[in-house]
Amino acid sequence: MSDLQSGSLAEQLTARFGDTLKVSAGREIIAELAAADLIAVATALRDEPAFRFSELIDLCGMDYLGYGQTEWDTDTAGGDGFSRGVEGQAMGRFTWAERPRGANEPRRFAAVIQLLSIEHNRRLRLRVFCEDDTLPVVPSLTPVWPGVNWFEREAFDLYGIIFDGHPDLRRILTDYGFVGHPFRKDFPLIGNVEVRYDPEQKRVIYEPVSIEPRILVPRTIRNDADLLQAEAEAADDWQRN
Amino acid sequence: MQEIRNYTMNFGPQHPAAHGVLRLVMEMDGETIVRADPHVGLLHRGTEKLAESKPFNQSIGYMDRLDYVSMMCNEHAYVRAIETLLAIEAPERAQYIRTMFDEITRILNHLMWIGSNALDLGAMAVFLYAFREREELMDCYEAVSGARMHATYYRPGGVYRDLPAQMPQYRESPWHKGNDLKRLNSWREGSMLDYLDAFTADFPSKVDEYEELLTGNRIWKQRTVGIGVISPELAQQWGMTGAMLRGSGVEWDLRKKQPYAKYAEMDFDIPVGVNGDCYDRYLVRVEEMRQSNRIIRQCVQWLRANPGPVMLKNFKVAPPSRMEMKEDMEAMIHHFKLFTEGYCVPAGETYCAVEAPKGEFGCYLVSDGANKPFRVHLRAPGFAHLSSMDTIVRGHMLADVVAMIGTYDLVFGEVDR
Repeated sequence: MSDLQSGSLAEQLTARFGDTLKVSAGREIIAELAAADLIAVATALRDEPAFRFSELIDLCGMDYLGYGQTEWDTDTAGGDGFSRGVEGQAMGRFTWAERPRGANEPRRFAAVIQLLSIEHNRRLRLRVFCEDDTLPVVPSLTPVWPGVNWFEREAFDLYGIIFDGHPDLRRILTDYGFVGHPFRKDFPLIGNVEVRYDPEQKRVIYEPVSIEPRILVPRTIRNDADLLQAEAEAADDWQRN
Repeated sequence: MQEIRNYTMNFGPQHPAAHGVLRLVMEMDGETIVRADPHVGLLHRGTEKLAESKPFNQSIGYMDRLDYVSMMCNEHAYVRAIETLLAIEAPERAQYIRTMFDEITRILNHLMWIGSNALDLGAMAVFLYAFREREELMDCYEAVSGARMHATYYRPGGVYRDLPAQMPQYRESPWHKGNDLKRLNSWREGSMLDYLDAFTADFPSKVDEYEELLTGNRIWKQRTVGIGVISPELAQQWGMTGAMLRGSGVEWDLRKKQPYAKYAEMDFDIPVGVNGDCYDRYLVRVEEMRQSNRIIRQCVQWLRANPGPVMLKNFKVAPPSRMEMKEDMEAMIHHFKLFTEGYCVPAGETYCAVEAPKGEFGCYLVSDGANKPFRVHLRAPGFAHLSSMDTIVRGHMLADVVAMIGTYDLVFGEVDR
């Protein structure tokens, strides 16, 4: 996909939908929109000859809790050096009882949709934030693209996002009778229950999980990430000097 | 008058034709299907969540285990997503190696598919022949990575190491001896590229053999022609990609339309079907094997003529060589940092897709600037395909469901993730 094409798609989107879509065109084109506008915009994107996004490639849930948070602060050092311990409760460091609570991130849940136009050979990403974090709701796209059915079931199962108007919103990937939405950032990585066969009762039983949460690598954010330094070092051929 | 009611039948999850762990609950009217409800998730391992708790490179191995018959293609999507966010590009030789291994993987996958699909529909022999060639390509996987299946060979910034100059040979054993051993080792005298030359020269005749067994076979045609017809409109509504879409006559292949790696330089054709039934999809996949063979030959030719680096010389993402580590302190530090903390990826998001053998395999990667991904979502082609099961098999006979499962080319590692 050339830059020329993507530029023109961004302009077309702004011209057609105006303020309904917040379009950002960088490497890829991302359009953010309100849940209330989703069905109308999606139908137009599918049917209008300028867009013709005939395929919905993917829909996935997102949980923005803890976005950009670092666990190990290395910006400033005190008299005894950098801090040595991890701070906070990032992914995988808590059990269900200790899960982060009350962290009310505004606009926590979102559904991210990847569209593909076979006719124009273009892609577009839509992002719909849920208004209410305690009961995230997004209108279902099943009337527009029937193939979204399972993707919505998956986002419901893993993130608890409810797709209003979905014909059959059941869990899909997790176990029958599973409790909770496992991909939420406040769901422990070790889970809640474990399963084993009990020879006395002669059946498979569920028990509270017995393993300890354990993550070896701290989550860090470093500004050398742009790799300029590494490139300069490579150009400098420092190993030889 | 006697009252006749539909009954519900359970197919799988322990059924040889269920291709792993598919549980299919079907409502039957006699032998006709009224409703099919696939239950998936029996192999759900939470790969995407696990990836969020690890540095980027440590999840490459998980990608092999998604679609475990097209391993390197999955790695390719993930690695490309990381490279896009880091704004780095692998050296040219690495790109050719990736192209070559993507195609080796496609042949591996289609061989598995043709064997198991034929087996499901009652043709035992094809399975045995297909595994004979699969074994030869598995040796290529083993030669470059040390593992027959879960290679972890593609890395951000290139591939883990260059192709071996000497192809490993079979040693005498109770299973390989005498003339058999001589025949096996005759291809393995030289480098891996020599080996692939020998393989690709021979492989089209092997595809002819499979076709001999199936293409004109009356029973095979009875089981596949006119079964599971998918119109181009229906295929697009259900998000189908790959051979499922091409079988319906839509000429869509990411290798041509949105080229990545070195596909823009390759000369190959995209086969498309006409009727959109199981037989057309069979023909499409068989032709794809021949085309993959062509691409491998072109890559081998280029790789022979152009030696060079296969990994970026950027020690933030790629480890320094063992020699450098022994002599140089900074190389040692880079190595230590890379394998413990990993590297930080600039904040941003991307969706990178590759044309995996089964369809579009995509990786939606969101980074918040940390050394671990904030969110990885893997778009598995099989998941989208299987969701259309109910629509397509309604009104078909029970035996056609097996043909349909076969033609979807399902692997539950990627459907359940």
